[in-house]
Amino acid sequence: MAKVKSLADLKKMKEKLQSDISLRENSKHPEGMVRVKVAMATCGIASGAKDVMEFFTVNLQKRNVDAIVTQTGCMGYCYAEPTVEVKLPGQEPVVYGFVDIKKADEIIEKYIKQGEPVDGIIPVNYETIDKK
Amino acid sequence: MEKIKVKIDNRLVEVEKGTTILEAARKLDVNIPTLCYMNLGDMDIEHRPGGCRICVVEVEGRRNLAPSCATDCHDGMEVKTHSIRVLNARRTVMELMLSDHPFECLTCAKSGKCDLQSMAIKLGIRDIHYQGEKSTYKPDFSPAILRDMDKCIMCRRCEKMCNEVQTVGVLSGIYRGFEAVVAPAFERDLDHSECTYCGQCVAVCPTAALTEVDHTNQVLRALADPAKTVVVQTAPAVRAALGEEFGMEPGTLVTGKMVAALRQLEFDYVFDTDFAADLTIMEEGAEILGRLGKFLAGDKDVKLPVLTSCCPGWVSFFEYHFPDQRDIPSTARSPQQMFGAVAKTWFAEKIKKDRKDMVVVSIMPCVAKKYECTREEFATGGNPDVDYSLSTRELANLIKRANIDFNKLPDEDFDGPMGESTGAGVIFGTTGGVIEAATRSAYEIYTKKPLDKVDFKQLRGMEGIREATVDFNGFPLKIGIAHGLGNARKLLENIRAGKSEFHAIEIMACPGGCIGGGGQPLHHGNSEILKARQKAIYREDSGKPIRKSHENPSIIKLYEEYLGEPLGEKAHQLLHTRYFDRGREIVIEADVKEEQ
Amino acid sequence: MSENIKQIRVALRNCGFINPESIDEYIAADGYEALGRVLTEKTPEEATKEIIDSGLRGRGGGGFPTGVKWDIARKVESDQKYVVCNADEGDPGAFMDRSILEGDPHSVIEAMAINGYCIGADKGLVYIRAEYPLAIERLKTALDQAREYGLLGEDIFGTGFNFDIEIRYGAGAFVCGEETALINSMEGHRGEPTFKPPFPAQSGYLGKPTNVNNVETFANIPVIFNKGAEWFASIGTEKSTGTKVFALAGKINNVGLIEVPMGTTLREVIFEIGGGIKDGKKFKSVQTGGPSGGCLTEKHLDTPIDFDNLLESGSMMGSGGMIVMDEDDCMVSVARFYLDFTVEESCGKCTPCRVGNKRLYELLDIISKGNGSNNDLDKLRNLGEVIIDTSLCGLGQTSPNPVLSTMDNFWDEYLAHVEDQRCPAGQCKDLIRYEVIEENCVGCTACARNCPVNCISGERKEIHHIDQSLCIKCGACFEKCRFNAISVS
Repeated sequence: MAKVKSLADLKKMKEKLQSDISLRENSKHPEGMVRVKVAMATCGIASGAKDVMEFFTVNLQKRNVDAIVTQTGCMGYCYAEPTVEVKLPGQEPVVYGFVDIKKADEIIEKYIKQGEPVDGIIPVNYETIDKK
Repeated sequence: MEKIKVKIDNRLVEVEKGTTILEAARKLDVNIPTLCYMNLGDMDIEHRPGGCRICVVEVEGRRNLAPSCATDCHDGMEVKTHSIRVLNARRTVMELMLSDHPFECLTCAKSGKCDLQSMAIKLGIRDIHYQGEKSTYKPDFSPAILRDMDKCIMCRRCEKMCNEVQTVGVLSGIYRGFEAVVAPAFERDLDHSECTYCGQCVAVCPTAALTEVDHTNQVLRALADPAKTVVVQTAPAVRAALGEEFGMEPGTLVTGKMVAALRQLEFDYVFDTDFAADLTIMEEGAEILGRLGKFLAGDKDVKLPVLTSCCPGWVSFFEYHFPDQRDIPSTARSPQQMFGAVAKTWFAEKIKKDRKDMVVVSIMPCVAKKYECTREEFATGGNPDVDYSLSTRELANLIKRANIDFNKLPDEDFDGPMGESTGAGVIFGTTGGVIEAATRSAYEIYTKKPLDKVDFKQLRGMEGIREATVDFNGFPLKIGIAHGLGNARKLLENIRAGKSEFHAIEIMACPGGCIGGGGQPLHHGNSEILKARQKAIYREDSGKPIRKSHENPSIIKLYEEYLGEPLGEKAHQLLHTRYFDRGREIVIEADVKEEQ
Repeated sequence: MSENIKQIRVALRNCGFINPESIDEYIAADGYEALGRVLTEKTPEEATKEIIDSGLRGRGGGGFPTGVKWDIARKVESDQKYVVCNADEGDPGAFMDRSILEGDPHSVIEAMAINGYCIGADKGLVYIRAEYPLAIERLKTALDQAREYGLLGEDIFGTGFNFDIEIRYGAGAFVCGEETALINSMEGHRGEPTFKPPFPAQSGYLGKPTNVNNVETFANIPVIFNKGAEWFASIGTEKSTGTKVFALAGKINNVGLIEVPMGTTLREVIFEIGGGIKDGKKFKSVQTGGPSGGCLTEKHLDTPIDFDNLLESGSMMGSGGMIVMDEDDCMVSVARFYLDFTVEESCGKCTPCRVGNKRLYELLDIISKGNGSNNDLDKLRNLGEVIIDTSLCGLGQTSPNPVLSTMDNFWDEYLAHVEDQRCPAGQCKDLIRYEVIEENCVGCTACARNCPVNCISGERKEIHHIDQSLCIKCGACFEKCRFNAISVS
């Protein structure tokens, strides 16, 4: 990886990274991918997030879903750990709470594969700095 | 320096910027009570952890009370030192401290001399409203120092002395909260630590958490035993401080009264450690001249500088911390041990007594001396050269117990022959004294010329590290002096690094030398007392008819009758010693513990 | 802002969004742009002024204006200065710092570098408790990535500015969150506070000027530069700008980490974001500010949360712990619980904290056992006030808060313990009795079979009886009885 030598370098890098992400996640183009983020802070891991993440990684591939599964930090919903955010291409992300293996399976089969809503969505209850 | 105006208890005072409230108040003769605070100004030792919270005062506009020892004045500050809020807080804090303290005042070793007790009196404590669990710790008995941490009030003065002043690093705060206490690491006992028994912790402890091991009863028993001949020796610094225990002004010399008191206590022979100090000069002086001679003759292997070795705290210090340098100090034993060795041989033969029937007691300003006389190399067939060492404080107790009105005693003289001494022996009691005494004799022996002036003022003073050059017939003899082990460490590190240019160095473990020893009457943090004792020592010296050790007639006789010559075979056997690598001891012991 | 959305994620802007182990994702989310802009476009003085203008106050508890703190450190001349991130999160139940380090470590690194530029330091230290292994791991990964990208190290952004960060581990002593104790601990000394002044900004780590800020404070810094001081100051209240992260815990439905603008009321936090009290019970009190905070009541629910209002109400912001209590909680027990913590965590240096807190705890213990008197209540108050007035550091100066605030707000409960030897919440074991309600008892033996000390006697189908002299008040009989035949009084 090249070093960031100037502010211009950084900006260029940012634009490239952002457009990659956008291409991957937002277009309805066949290249668009499902993105699954598992909250993997200490609290999530303690509630079983590692197993859930592994389940998503293994099963999405097995079931031929073009998806990226990544970890992220704490989303703040301690009462509902493990929590998982799922973003279908071109759609707003949704967050599921109390995700165990069974729930994860349901999310893959119903929501990801068929776009059918699944119970257990935690409504967004905050604003981001960009919206404010 | 910028001046600022402060109002304390409605009175205005002008002070320099950077002055604490405590100092400013003292200018107005307002004595805010303190407990953990300690200031030995002349030696640059100031301890103000702000921990006891007794010295709190009310500062206008400040949310909480301010510790006056640790709060600087600012211009226009208004301070109240005895508002109801302050008095209530101070009393409550004191009650809290007392609520975690054993109520053993009547039988406590420190009773009457305890800062906590005086503070309770000063604050008018009549009741302790907050009672509860008391913290307890295992007592620690060592050869010289007793630790009874149930009585610790966490002022941390001992820690300051042990770590920052002496750089010995044995005592520090351990555990937390209510269990917090000052102790050696892992709460080991002192005799399993690198403690040098310098006793500076004892000297500054406000309570009886740290005291010397009391040997007065053993001495009383020996005195009562008709089969024993009890010989006592008194160290030079004792005579300059003992009077304080009987209400005399610091700096009062009580040599004659002390001798009279010891005689009333029925010691069979009242001798003087000063005699042995003169003997030390003969041996150590010869060693300095010997090594110097070889050095001047171009011998590359000769070890310089020569370090003095009369202080047992200092000896332990280099054995633990600088064992690689242990071939540098003089091998001369300390005056206490030279005395014991000569008393139980030469003198024993004179009075036709077996050493087993003799008891040698030393009166020392020191607690490390208690440890020194237990060292195995200072015994013959299990019989120690010095049986018991009492501190100045213990002697005062002994005198009081024997109903002796010390102040009314006549002045009496020491017994001969081991009571005869010179001014050079006396000045062993202060920093700079040993090397001055050595210089007086070494100069005359080296140059074969009599000294014009006996006083070497350039070697005297109170600064922690001093240096001077003395002209030895064209040869500039470079002399270093350090008191306080922290200062000694600095010189030692220079020597280790090969950067030292000194030919001889005097080192004393205690700040001020023996006058500030761990066994002296408590100075309660007042360095004026140490200065007064130092003056008294030099007064005693200048009043002596003979002021050079090699002119002491009894010493000359001792060599003629018994020892032969300095550094001779007999002298070597009785008056010299060897040192051990004790740094390794601690490490090995730690390993063994781990294995277990 | 829509009606029902009360949270804004500023400090937590990336937590739960980006992969904390990917610097690319951080950069894609505007990461390191603030640093780049500060280094290339602003003087240290201008950058510091931006922080002053933002009104940001320290999130670790004290609420000291961050920019002012930086400015003091900036103005002290020295050959070496240090930036320290205080990640010694110690309040029981608080985990916002851990979440930030686990979810967005780069924001802290970026902020520390900005801080270094502002005060003239080329070295940063993160003091983090060793009990946070995942946070440490992610921080290490992030540091490596930042170095690899040249965002830490020498000549950052080609400006000649050098900065790097080291990690120092704490052993989990609460008092080491106090900045002077923290510095002592980092230097290898006993972790205990020293009096101020001198402040760390004048003489800190190794005697050099040192700026210490908390993790959450740092996490806010890059946003201030990216969005502007004015934008930041527009959130929150006039004297407390921006947002605050709280760890909601206790008897509340939505336990979790929240971030709300300063000025949000406790009611909004507890009943809207927190979803109200568990099991439909009645709200009794909320404890803010960790063990040094106070217990607020119903009457404080509409107080806007900011540094000054909380202090005025007898509590404090602290690092953001918020523990909700319901009608079943005994406030004497709550006070005793917090005191137990401070007694454990006091360093023992100063008398009022070392002995005073212990005595305070003992008094509470006596009261909760029904052995207290009105005189003990007077003692409790006097002692609490003296401890606050005379303690050396923030720990002792605040440790009696839970006692004093519960005495202020729940005086009746204290009186009930002392005068009637009664615990209204039925929590203090020594003051409660379990008894068989004879008309309900069917003699099923369930209570007797589950009693761990066998103090319940009675034949099958006959009324049972509890031997009070043996009962340990474990409550097992009460829980097992299906006929409502056990009463608690």
